[in-house]
Amino acid sequence: MARRYTSNLTWDDVTPEHLFLNRRQLIAGSGAMLGAGLIGGSAQAQEAMEAMEPNTFEEITTYNNFYEFGTGKDDPARNAHTLVTSPWSVEIDGLVDNPGTYSFEDIMSEVEVEERIYRLRCVEAWSMVVPWNGFELADLLNRVGVQDGARYVAFETANRPDEMPGLRSPVLDWPYREGLRLDEAMHPLTIMATGIYGRDIPNQNGAPMRLVVPWKYGYKSIKSIVRISLVEDQPRASWNEYSANEYGFYSNVNPEVDHPRWSQASERRIGGGLFAQRQPTLMFNGYADEVTSLYEGMDLDEFH
Amino acid sequence: MAGAAYGGWLFYLAATGGLGVEPIEALEHAYGKMAIQLILAGLAVTPLRQHLGLNLLCWRRAIGVLAFFFVLAHLLVWALLDVQLISAMWADVVKRPYVTIGMAGFLCLIPLGVTSNNLAVRKIGPVAWRKLHKLAYPAAVLGAVHYVWLAKGFQIEPLIYLAITLALLATRFRTTKARLA
Repeated sequence: MARRYTSNLTWDDVTPEHLFLNRRQLIAGSGAMLGAGLIGGSAQAQEAMEAMEPNTFEEITTYNNFYEFGTGKDDPARNAHTLVTSPWSVEIDGLVDNPGTYSFEDIMSEVEVEERIYRLRCVEAWSMVVPWNGFELADLLNRVGVQDGARYVAFETANRPDEMPGLRSPVLDWPYREGLRLDEAMHPLTIMATGIYGRDIPNQNGAPMRLVVPWKYGYKSIKSIVRISLVEDQPRASWNEYSANEYGFYSNVNPEVDHPRWSQASERRIGGGLFAQRQPTLMFNGYADEVTSLYEGMDLDEFH
Repeated sequence: MAGAAYGGWLFYLAATGGLGVEPIEALEHAYGKMAIQLILAGLAVTPLRQHLGLNLLCWRRAIGVLAFFFVLAHLLVWALLDVQLISAMWADVVKRPYVTIGMAGFLCLIPLGVTSNNLAVRKIGPVAWRKLHKLAYPAAVLGAVHYVWLAKGFQIEPLIYLAITLALLATRFRTTKARLA
């Protein structure tokens, strides 16, 4: 039961086709303004449209943080070819009705893949726009049956030093782990991505299956997942364990809460070249309308 | 001269996509790393001469000037291309310790940069000049700590630079003590 999250505007009819080519699932934080503006053809809407213009395939696949393949931005593109992604299986365990080891093909046979164009905001204050292909995580979780006591979802990346040279350096406490609150995991914006630009997702971007949570800093969107556990207590998360005051468990994009070592108020959009202007960072990375309600009553400074 | 040309070449690469899709960060890091390598090369001249009999003294001032050039280039890329706003720069210097110490390291190097010419050496006198240029020691330590501090996760490379810095300074400390004894 996918496609729960679609724009409630039907501007396909009125927008010139070249503007929405491949962008039927365009999801902008300010969707209403965008849609309304396009009808009027305002400069503001044009600007918003350009702001969601996806980065090139080359940009998305050569500038990556995937420390299992090295800490340099170009290391993953250079080294990730050694990761064997087929066969692939994901162990799903914990508080679920149907625990077990699910093959990639088995998982894919029961979900609907769709395109989602999302902003990606890295904690290092750079950003991209990525046209993902993937399915809603909720579909997979509903299939395995989440039990009543489950409150969090824990994820683990593959831990294969022979195939992932970066694992030989103790940059983090391997394997890479991340976690979400159950309501975050079930949110329709939260997807498991298996492709980019309609192609199979490249290894350096987290093949064959990675999480994408567009309102959180990029490192929450864990790559090359081999294990998903439904648990009662807040699970371990690698960066959070490394430095809790710098990398909170929630890690929602928030221009008002700085990283202790740098400002999060603005970001550099990849692809702008050497003289690109910084852009203001948006609350929840522009997805405030969709996700603010998840955090009602929470002090976002404390639970950063 | 060759070093300055190399800096210009890096800038050309960054402007034309040769440093990847995020040229600002790449250029900033390339200049910064070159700067610390040159500072360490300058600090290595004396121990090389004393312990290995390799005399590179005639190159030392050129190495130092070049190091200053790369620190300045690193700083300018950070200020003009990365942070872009004076107010944001100042906020960083005040609020972010690794920026603060980077800036402190640069301040240490300014008097060295402006006095690295024959006229200044003559005016100041060689003894005072040499004393003044001991500011390279704190600058090196500040630069290395600056590098360690900005790393994400436990990374070996910046720690190696810091270790080399401390080792090069330790050789001096030991030699001074030996001379005093």
